[in-house]
Amino acid sequence: MDSHQDPHAAPVLNNAVPVRHPGRWISAIIIVGFLLAFLQSLFTNPNFRWDVVGTYILDTKVVQGVVWTLFLTFASMVLAIVLAILLAFMRQSDNPVFRWSSWTWVWFFRGTPIYTQLLFWGLATVLYPTIVLGIPFGPATYTWVTSDPTHGLIPAILGLGLNESAYLAEIFRAGLKSVDQGQSEAAEALGMTKGKIMRRIILPQAMRVIVPPTGNETIGMLKTTSLVLAVPFTLDLTFATNALANRIYLPIPLLIVAAFWYLVITSILMVGQHFIEAHYGKGVDNRVPAAINPAAAKASAAVAPSANAEPDLKMDFPEEEAK
Amino acid sequence: MTITTEQPLVKIEGLHKYYGTHHVLRGIDLTVNQGEVSVVIGPSGSGKSTMLRCVNLLETISAGRISVGGDLIGYREVKGRLHDLKTKEIAAQRREIGMVFQRFNLFPHKTALQNIMEAPVQVKGQSKAVARKRALELLDRVGLGDRAGHYPSQLSGGQQQRVAIARALAMDPELMLFDEPTSALDPELVGDVLNVMKDLAKSGMTMIVVTHEIGFAREVGDRLTFMDGGIVVESGDPREVLANPQHPRTKEFLSRVL
Repeated sequence: MDSHQDPHAAPVLNNAVPVRHPGRWISAIIIVGFLLAFLQSLFTNPNFRWDVVGTYILDTKVVQGVVWTLFLTFASMVLAIVLAILLAFMRQSDNPVFRWSSWTWVWFFRGTPIYTQLLFWGLATVLYPTIVLGIPFGPATYTWVTSDPTHGLIPAILGLGLNESAYLAEIFRAGLKSVDQGQSEAAEALGMTKGKIMRRIILPQAMRVIVPPTGNETIGMLKTTSLVLAVPFTLDLTFATNALANRIYLPIPLLIVAAFWYLVITSILMVGQHFIEAHYGKGVDNRVPAAINPAAAKASAAVAPSANAEPDLKMDFPEEEAK
Repeated sequence: MTITTEQPLVKIEGLHKYYGTHHVLRGIDLTVNQGEVSVVIGPSGSGKSTMLRCVNLLETISAGRISVGGDLIGYREVKGRLHDLKTKEIAAQRREIGMVFQRFNLFPHKTALQNIMEAPVQVKGQSKAVARKRALELLDRVGLGDRAGHYPSQLSGGQQQRVAIARALAMDPELMLFDEPTSALDPELVGDVLNVMKDLAKSGMTMIVVTHEIGFAREVGDRLTFMDGGIVVESGDPREVLANPQHPRTKEFLSRVL
C-alpha cells in the first residue's frame, strides 16, 4: 500500500506465469525430424553423386555460364529499368499520346508469354530480313540487311528486357502514385520545375516502394534467363549444366550445380537490395538524425542517445526490434 | 498593426472556381496591400482554402483574374485574350509566393536543413554554402537552430510547421500564403507557430492567412474577411468585424467559434 503513496519506491513486479505453447514444441519436433531424415539421405543416397557435383561445380563451362547468366540479368534489367521509368512517366503525362502508347506497350509485353517473345526475337532477322528507312507506304531512302553477329545475345537481352519493362513500369507507376500529393504541391509552391520535382522530390520517395518489388523482379529475372535457349542463346548457366548432364548421362548432380550457383547469386543480390533499401529509407525507416554539422550532430546525440549508440541494429530489422 | 502602404500587392477580381459542375467560388473580390496581414475565416467548405490555392495556381482559375505585384497570375493577355502560361513561367511566378500548408508537406527524405536549402539551391541556383548559412539563420529565427539535422519524422507537428515556414521564407517571397497552418496541430503546439507568424507580420511581410485562430486575426490582422458558400460575406477591420458583425451569417459563425 505504501508503494502507491511513495512514487520513488520500486513497485512489486507482477511476475505472471507466461502462457505455455505446446504447439511450438510439437511442430519443432516434426520439422526437425523431417530435416534430419533429409540430411541423412543427402549423405547416404548414392544417386546424388556428390563426387560429380564436386567435379563440375567449378568447371570452366559452368563458371562461364554463371558469368553469362549474370550478364544477361544485369543487361536486361538495366534495359528494363530505363524503359520502365520512361513508361511510368509517359503513363502520368498530360500528353494523351504518351499515356496511350505506354498503356499499349504494357498491355502487349505483359500479355504474351516471355517464351513466345524470346522465340520471336530469335526469329526477328527472319521476320525482317531487311530494314528500310523511309516514309511508310512511301519511297525507301535507305535499306540495310539485318543480321545478328552476337549469336543470340542481343535478341535474348531485348526479349528479356522488353518483357520485364512492362512489369517494372507497373511497379514504378505504383511507386510514383504512393507519394503524397502534398509533396509535389509543396515543391510546386516553391517554384520547382516538373523535372526537378520528379527527380529530387517524388522519385527518391517512390524508391522506398519501388526497390523491394524490383529486387524481387531481379531475382526472378536471374532465373528467367534460363529460358534464353528459346532464342537460342546457349551460354547461360542452365544451358551449360544441361549440356554437361546430357553428355555424361547424370542430370541430378548437374541440377544441383546449377541450383547452387543460382542460390549464391540470389543471396548476393539480396545483400545488395538491403543496402539500397537502407539508402532510400532515410528519414522514414531509420530514426537517427543525420550529422549535418558538428553542432547539429551534438544536438541530435542529446535527443536520441540510444538510437545513436546502435544505428546499424536500428536499421536492420525495425519490426523485429519492436516485438 | 503593421505599417501598410496603400499599394495593392494582391488583387483578386471576380474569382470563380468550378470542380466539374460544383461551383465552389462564386465571384470573390479581395485586395491585399503591401505589408498587410489579411485573415480569411469561414466554415469548412466555404472555399477559403480553394481561393488561397488559386493565388499560386495550385488550382486553375475558372473565371476572374488574380494579380500579384501587378503580374497576372497564370495567364498572359494578348489582344484582349488570355493565354495559359507555360509550366516554367508558372513556376517562375510561384517563386515570389511562399506557401505554408495545413499538413506541413515537408520532404520526409530530407533533413530540416535540406528542406530549407532545396529551393534556393535548385530553383534560384544559390551556392550550397550561401543557402546553408541562410537556412541556419532561418532555423534560428523559427526557434529550431538545434534541429537542423533532424528528419521531419523526428520533429513534432509544431516544429515541422515552423520548418515549413522557414522553407517558404528561404525563397524571399513577396507574399506568404498560410492555409490553415495550425489546424493539424495539437493545441499546446499552436502557440509556437502563431508566434513565428506574428514575428513575420511585424517584419512587414504581406500575408494571406486562412485560419480558425480568431485571436490571431484580432491581434495581428489588418483585415478580416468572412467567407461562406463561395462568396465574401463580410470584410473589414478585424476588431470591428469581431466585435460588431453586420451580417447574420457572420454573427452565427462567430457565435459558434468564439
